[in-house]
Amino acid sequence: MIQVRALSKHFGRFSALRNLDLSVSAGEFVSLFGRNGAGKTTLLRIIAGLSSPSAGKLNVQPLQSRSPGFVRGSIGYLSHETSLYMDLTALENLRFFAHMMDASAEESDLKQRMEQVGLAGREREPVRNFSRGMQQRLAIARAFLHDPEILLLDEPFTGLDPSGADFFKNFLAGLHAAGKTCIMTIHDTYLGYEIANRLVVIENGTVALDVPKSYLSYEQFREKLQRLSG
Amino acid sequence: MKVLLQHRVDILLFILLFAGMSFALYMALIGAPTEKTMGDIQRIFYFHVPAAITGLTAFALNFVASLMYVFRKNRWWDSLALSSAEIGILFFCMLLITGPIWAKPVWFVWWTWSPRLTSSLVLCLLYAVYLLIRKSFEDPDRKAMVAAVFGIVAFADAPLVWFSIRWWRDIHPSPMLETGNLDPSMRPAFYTCMAAFLVLFLFLVRRRFYLEQMRNRIEWIYRRTETNRMKGILQ
Amino acid sequence: MLFFGIVVLVIFNFSLGSLHDTIRPAVPGILWVAFAFSGTLGLNRLFAAEKENGCLQGLLMIPADRGAIYLGKMLASFFFMLIAEAVIFIIGLVLFNLTVWAEIPYLVLVFVIGTLGFTAVGTLLSAISVNTKLREVLLPLILFPVILPILINAVEATDIILNASDYGATNLPGTSSLPEGLKLPLTIMSSFTVIFGTISYLLFERVLEE
Repeated sequence: MIQVRALSKHFGRFSALRNLDLSVSAGEFVSLFGRNGAGKTTLLRIIAGLSSPSAGKLNVQPLQSRSPGFVRGSIGYLSHETSLYMDLTALENLRFFAHMMDASAEESDLKQRMEQVGLAGREREPVRNFSRGMQQRLAIARAFLHDPEILLLDEPFTGLDPSGADFFKNFLAGLHAAGKTCIMTIHDTYLGYEIANRLVVIENGTVALDVPKSYLSYEQFREKLQRLSG
Repeated sequence: MKVLLQHRVDILLFILLFAGMSFALYMALIGAPTEKTMGDIQRIFYFHVPAAITGLTAFALNFVASLMYVFRKNRWWDSLALSSAEIGILFFCMLLITGPIWAKPVWFVWWTWSPRLTSSLVLCLLYAVYLLIRKSFEDPDRKAMVAAVFGIVAFADAPLVWFSIRWWRDIHPSPMLETGNLDPSMRPAFYTCMAAFLVLFLFLVRRRFYLEQMRNRIEWIYRRTETNRMKGILQ
Repeated sequence: MLFFGIVVLVIFNFSLGSLHDTIRPAVPGILWVAFAFSGTLGLNRLFAAEKENGCLQGLLMIPADRGAIYLGKMLASFFFMLIAEAVIFIIGLVLFNLTVWAEIPYLVLVFVIGTLGFTAVGTLLSAISVNTKLREVLLPLILFPVILPILINAVEATDIILNASDYGATNLPGTSSLPEGLKLPLTIMSSFTVIFGTISYLLFERVLEE
């Protein structure tokens, strides 16, 4: 479903990704680990189509075979920037992106989504007044407006309080059960281990470890991770 | 080995250039007949016009290279685009300096807003802006793409600028002369200078291109070294 | 945007104050300088909201053709600039004691096409400059050489209309057919708009990708 072959990305003298290979099948839930600057965000951006590789091949094939132009429509991308308009209200933000992503922009639907992420009642508040955690929840709602089948999440638990983290964990579990494919960058080792069914570690722009969760216990995995990250 | 071959071509070009330019100088300053009305100052013409033609060729080359980069994303084209832009500006500066030098004794003014002069100035400005845009980006790939886009915009703009200015001048005529037909006796000198300038252009662009390619190569070496260092650590 | 344009008008009034009643020939130039400066201000802020929280990323993820973002932004800046021009023009009428009635339709035509051309290429260049270190300072520098054909033709066209300058025209403004003299500038401005609109639409995506 997502195939990355010999992917390289450099910014002048700095190589972010070096000859990276990765294959993710439909329904897999990948937790992506790695140090800061290892290349996780760059990889996600390239798969999302926001960045073009310097070398190598990328193949993203949604289950419903759509033309290349619509591949973006099957991807839900959540970055560490919230991509929300500060001066608009929460509802306005959702409505705008719903229109843009060809999703339902009915007020009732949008309100329901806000309820889902625990922001009920705050529809008419400008996003500028939201706390970081609330913004993150709204960003999550925004990313899933069009019910994408491929999820690319870059440190989605940032800024979420424990209840928010709980909610999102369950939310992701639901999506996993529904057969969605997901690649998620995460720093919390336990959480990442828990949610995923495949563990990948990126180090210095290449894949250092790529195993299904069943191969390693949590302690084994944590040990390996520590050794790799130094 | 490839490097050596480049050097051979460049050495050949340089010899050709030296001989050609010397001959051209002779033809322009001595060989060609003196103009009746303007006198010896007219001889600047043999360098002024070739400079214009060469400059325009350079910018056309920049357009082609920019277009190719947008489609191929190969830094080879970007190096060519940069080199031709810089050398183009060089020739245009020659143009804008020889122009007033000529104008002063002939038209008694340093500058007139004639279509050709004004368009030349604007064109030169456009490509100076091209270089400015390049300076504003750090990442080489991003820089190359944005510059290529602007290169296309600039070249598409040039004819429009020319027509607009020309029309404007038609409406607000001011006393000025444009160069007329070329007397047959002056043709040998002109063609010699034209050829010499083209060789100069070729030589300069090659050298500048070569320099840029070297820079790209160094960048690649840095990356490669880092990768090898990483591999050493991982294994 | 509006205030800046008006300030420009006032400054010109002072600098050319000695001309008094004979200022009318200079008015087209003054007007378009005011339009261009305030338009540049508008263009500078065009992508400001997107820059703030990485909203551009959100826009880039839409299923539709990314050139649509360009069109949307271009139309937005076009409308805002047109409104500003209308107000600046009206105030200019007052400040310079002009009377124009029959000429209004022609003026509207020139303003619309001129602004369309201005924003067609301005949107692309704004997208370029917003991602640089220099930001707002870069935009005027890269915009003005490119926009020159529009400015020249717009000023002359406005001049033909306001000052009934013939320039070989056989029809006077106010008659049903387009004055001869206006055909050329309008053609050039329209070509400019079409050419650069197309180029910008096609190349917009390249300017934003990394």
